Amino acid sequence: MELQTLTYIVVGATFALYIGIAIWTKASSTKEFYVAGGHIHPIANGMATAADWMSAASFISMAGLIAFLGYDASVYLMGWTGGYVLLALLLAPYLRKFGKFTVPEFIGDRYYSKFARFIAVICLIIASITYVIGQMKGVGVAFGRFLEVDFEMGVAVGMGIVFVYAVFGGMKGITYTQIAQYCVLIFAYTVPAVFIALNLTGNPIPQIGLGGTMSDGSGMALLDKLDQIVTELGFAAFTQQKGTSLNMFLLTLSLMIGTAGLPHVIMRFFTVPKVSDARISAGWALVFIAILYTTAPAVGAMARLNLMNTIQTGEVGTADGNLVYAERPEWFKNWETTGLLKFEDKNGDGRIQYYDDSNAAFSEKASSYGWTGNEMVKVDRDIMVLANPEIARLPNWVIALVAAGGLAAALSTAAGLLLAISSAVSHDLLKGMIAPDISEKKELLASRFAMAGAILVAGYLGMNPPGFAAQVVALAFGLAASSLFPALMMGIFDKRMNRAGAIAGMLTGVTSTVMYIVWFKGWFFLPETAFAANTPENWFMGISTEAFGAVGALLNFAVAIIVSRLTAEPPEEVQRLVDDIRVPKGAGAATAH
Amino acid sequence: MNEEQKRAAYWKANLRLVGLCLVVWFVVSFLFGIILVEQLNAISLGGYKLGFWFAQQGSIYVFVALIFFYAYRMNKLDKKFELDED
Repeated sequence: MELQTLTYIVVGATFALYIGIAIWTKASSTKEFYVAGGHIHPIANGMATAADWMSAASFISMAGLIAFLGYDASVYLMGWTGGYVLLALLLAPYLRKFGKFTVPEFIGDRYYSKFARFIAVICLIIASITYVIGQMKGVGVAFGRFLEVDFEMGVAVGMGIVFVYAVFGGMKGITYTQIAQYCVLIFAYTVPAVFIALNLTGNPIPQIGLGGTMSDGSGMALLDKLDQIVTELGFAAFTQQKGTSLNMFLLTLSLMIGTAGLPHVIMRFFTVPKVSDARISAGWALVFIAILYTTAPAVGAMARLNLMNTIQTGEVGTADGNLVYAERPEWFKNWETTGLLKFEDKNGDGRIQYYDDSNAAFSEKASSYGWTGNEMVKVDRDIMVLANPEIARLPNWVIALVAAGGLAAALSTAAGLLLAISSAVSHDLLKGMIAPDISEKKELLASRFAMAGAILVAGYLGMNPPGFAAQVVALAFGLAASSLFPALMMGIFDKRMNRAGAIAGMLTGVTSTVMYIVWFKGWFFLPETAFAANTPENWFMGISTEAFGAVGALLNFAVAIIVSRLTAEPPEEVQRLVDDIRVPKGAGAATAH
Repeated sequence: MNEEQKRAAYWKANLRLVGLCLVVWFVVSFLFGIILVEQLNAISLGGYKLGFWFAQQGSIYVFVALIFFYAYRMNKLDKKFELDED
């Protein structure tokens, strides 16, 4: 069957499934809307959390990052999984015991301050909105490439689907669709990986194949072979470190504490029945995440190997060692039309030379071969996952599946983020600050309107992405790491922490992190307003803007502890609250009051 | 032990367990995956260099095991101090 028809059928079937779930799960109380009634099984919640967490970036971009950064991309692998250890040990069970609906609500109650709650709401909304723009963009791109629909149309269809199950079902609808979306996305991710691993190494398990030997008869380990091929063309070795250790260390730490502090993830743990379920559920979430995250390095390395082998068909430097452009494979042509892959025949020999021309030593050698520059002028990283099945010549249904998987990853994350935003608006701002006497029925209605509003804003921003959309992920993690995580953790582990300390700490963390990002990237990410060029020489101790969240968090902790020790201790009832959340005993289901 | 002492002892045991888990968490990722990566890369694990393996595979497996270990031990602590939910 033709690829496009097949893709329509597969994607259509998954969408029908999501809508079917929406009809079956309608939220009839605020408790169902915010926390799915509080009786989701811990394994089911683990699966939903995995889909909630793994975004278009995890599904599409991560393997591409690994393909081109090699070892240095480990920061994402460790950072985005290690955060779950922090979440399970330091936050999730206690916040579950606290038993309320939102993250800012805990901050407000623990620090007996509406202002603290308000800061948390602002951080939550900024972090979640920036994140959701990326998901909407992912939806648009997936539609554009696989279904040949306009980008705007793609975003609109995606919004429509989320609207149906998120507005009516709230957390309840989102949870069950996320479970379905997890199944779709993990199947779509692992099937091509298994085929490719089998192809290259004879072992169907990608995690083992990556450490296996090539099945081409050379007897070389796959990773050694990859190192050899890329270094022969002047690129840095795949397994070799390129950045500084300090920056890698801080970036990993920032991503970990950012992950643990992201409200849309924390919220998922309010949906399980018991405190002990929250702990084990974090473990299940990481199991389901690890299936994709341990496969990704294999996908990245193998895709890079396939790409290099496709272009460099023979010995480097020999007359017929490079692919003739006119004989390029079909997938090459497909991706050229999207503009994500671009070739320029610089030396006019009709063959493709792909090498690192920024490497001075190798460039000299290259000119002796008659090469006059790298001719693959654009190789977009995101292609690596999307084109992988085509590069490995897998059947059309696998390609259709990848399209459905990418959409599932983007939609599931978008829904989780939208719920975090809408509950912050209807529960924290409206019910918590503006109109505390509002009835439950009215609050439920307000939360549906807030959800619909959030979807429209996200869709609008997805269609008209601000120029800085790609860079704002650093901001989302930076905000979560430098403001929310320390405030939550100290609220549980430091009984002496008081209102003045927490507010001073949060403001210090946020201000320092935002200022550091603005200093190098400019106000609203306009480079001309930056105070210094965003280059490693200018960075404070070589710390990149993405890695600064950990420093902001450290400042937050330090300032909060000093200020709290110089001011009055928190009131009696707050200290009792801390004692109470530290033990599971007496936990009820999540409640409104 | 009265209720208050029980709670204090439970919290202390919890902190000890969290501390232990975080040491392991730090060692497999930051220490093996980043700080000592070059030294460990001299050792190979199949076709993997060991430091690289910890950074892209091993640390993640250990993270998973850690959470289940923590959850299992905490359930025991909850029971021992009679502070579990039901």
